[in-house]
Amino acid sequence: MICTILSLRKNYFMETVLPDSPLIRIRRFLLRPTMGPLIALLIACAFFGSQTPRFLTINNFSFIFQQSIVVSVLAIGQTLIILTSGIDLSNGAIMSLGAVFMVHLASRNGINPYLAIGVGLAITAGIGFINGLLVTRLRLPAFIVTLGMLGIVYALTLIYTSETVPAKEAQTFLGNGFKVGDTLITYGTVAMVLLFLVTWFMLRETAFGRHIYAIGNNAEAVRLAGISTDRLLIAVYSLAGLLYGIAALLLIARTEVGDPQTGVAGNFNLESITAVVLGGTSLFGGRGNVLGTLIGSLIVSIFRNGLLLMGIPSIYQLLITGILVIMAVSVDQFSQRGGAR
Amino acid sequence: MFSTQKSKKLALMVTIILVILGTFGIFSAQAQDVVQVGLITKTETNPFFVKMREGAQAAADAAGVKLLTASGKSDSDNDSQVTAIENMVNAGVKGILLVPADSAAIAPTVKKAREAGVLVIALDTPTIPQDAVDALFATDNLKAGLLIGQYAKAALGDKPVKIATLDAAPGNKTGVLRHNGFLQGFGIEEGDASIVCSGDSGGDQAKGQTLMENCLIKDPDINLVYAINEPAAAGAYTALDKAGKADGVMIVAVDGGCAPGIAGIISGHFAATSQQYPLKMAQMGVEAVINFAKTGDKPWGYTDTGVTLISAKPLEGIDSQGAVFGAQSCWGTLEDGEMDAAMKVDAAAGIKPPA
Repeated sequence: MICTILSLRKNYFMETVLPDSPLIRIRRFLLRPTMGPLIALLIACAFFGSQTPRFLTINNFSFIFQQSIVVSVLAIGQTLIILTSGIDLSNGAIMSLGAVFMVHLASRNGINPYLAIGVGLAITAGIGFINGLLVTRLRLPAFIVTLGMLGIVYALTLIYTSETVPAKEAQTFLGNGFKVGDTLITYGTVAMVLLFLVTWFMLRETAFGRHIYAIGNNAEAVRLAGISTDRLLIAVYSLAGLLYGIAALLLIARTEVGDPQTGVAGNFNLESITAVVLGGTSLFGGRGNVLGTLIGSLIVSIFRNGLLLMGIPSIYQLLITGILVIMAVSVDQFSQRGGAR
Repeated sequence: MFSTQKSKKLALMVTIILVILGTFGIFSAQAQDVVQVGLITKTETNPFFVKMREGAQAAADAAGVKLLTASGKSDSDNDSQVTAIENMVNAGVKGILLVPADSAAIAPTVKKAREAGVLVIALDTPTIPQDAVDALFATDNLKAGLLIGQYAKAALGDKPVKIATLDAAPGNKTGVLRHNGFLQGFGIEEGDASIVCSGDSGGDQAKGQTLMENCLIKDPDINLVYAINEPAAAGAYTALDKAGKADGVMIVAVDGGCAPGIAGIISGHFAATSQQYPLKMAQMGVEAVINFAKTGDKPWGYTDTGVTLISAKPLEGIDSQGAVFGAQSCWGTLEDGEMDAAMKVDAAAGIKPPA
């Protein structure tokens, strides 16, 4: 009963067209889930820009984008799963497995580098599919399934190899790019932006996308409406897996190696969850926006970059990011409550 | 009369019970006869610990003792190490070789093991306090940093220098020792104006690359990079290479792994690295436990397992070994053809092959 009421409230925000008085328009604009993160991003940029002249340069932002690519693409998959009120703790490990397979098959076993990429993508999508199966068929919480999968996938990666192997040039093409003025825009950056736009469109305009929101709001209602929630969830986890494969390809382009440790040691998983949360997506599912996730991911990169340029020790960077996450979620909660009155 | 199905089931069950009993019998017989040595590392997979396990296994096989191994799930997983020590003491080991994940937190568990008559030796990383264990077999990390610091000073002389330090993680004791050793060797103090950028790489290649990119934005004129280990150094090289600055910047690191460490020395990406010897730590550890089992003598205090400066660009007045020496004694896997390449760079630099 409460669930139904809650879901109605959420739907009211997403779907209902309010009367077009200017005040309400402004309010509706400010209540958009992406506005909070965007304002935070702009304040952070203004602050760092005032502190160090090296921050607000095109060159620096080119790097900030490049540094956020891998986490951002992981976070797209994470957003889809969190919107269904799930979570994925295994995405960093899955990405690492994909990257290691792609590089090893091509560099060690002499398989065609593009075929090796295809195999890697198939593997990551396959693991996503298994996650989806376990969540739906065994009715296990996503937290448990992906926690288990984190261990399994990390172990499988290291059983396969513990070596870091240099990638062939054919596999690092996303690291190339074109120059606008003096600034390098990599194909990886372009690919990331495109992925965000496509996902945004899919979530907003397609039935599949609307169902993802609906399942996070009220899975039972979706089922009663005659939609197979199991199939939908399996599709979401598989799609997320495919996105982790693309993240693997972007990682290879960036580091030019296949590194079995980095998926877990590089803290990618928690950073992807941080990006989603900073981007204003609710961890309870059903509410959020993938463009917010891009902003969230950029905020993480901007703080890492800006605080370093200011010469602030890394321990304080951790502290500040932690405070930021809690602040972002409380502001979001507060604005939601305010809006409901 | 039993039906055929029932008798089959019975036969199967009897077999299973016999097998189980038999297995226990074998294990308990072994436990009584053979000296057992325990090895507990931080993780299962880091090539450094893989090499350590190899060394321990080889020494154990040579002496006909049994090696039990366990590890934590991450570099800071104290809990798994506590469990492992308890299990090994229960299994009746004579001694435990331990790479502590949390130097202070493991001390009470170590104390209990020692009270149960087990010899405990710390490998690679000291406990806090250091005398919580019977003995410590480890690299002198301050010296490891010192050697590359001295090398960099000798190479750069009085040229203006801008340094980036790619450190480990806040509170990492090994990282602090190497960092301080490097500064000492270079002849500067913490906070010196020549250190233009410092950050944490976590010893991870991708994070090292991100850090180096940001450091280059902070100061594009960086010409000396100190890295906590070689993966971080490799990340720094990728960042420098992509920025077109690889040639003008000297990278020094610590570890001496085959790849990317010695491979980086051979390719000229790294100027110098301090090589450490996990195999030796483990060998000495196993031998010490066997000696304790035979004679009751315990080792004590700190034993330096050695560190060697490896460089394919030797300098006047700096004691170093070449790429071939590094390749012969590195840990991890050496790529095909790397040994030949090492011989070539050594010959080009006029370094004599090691005896």
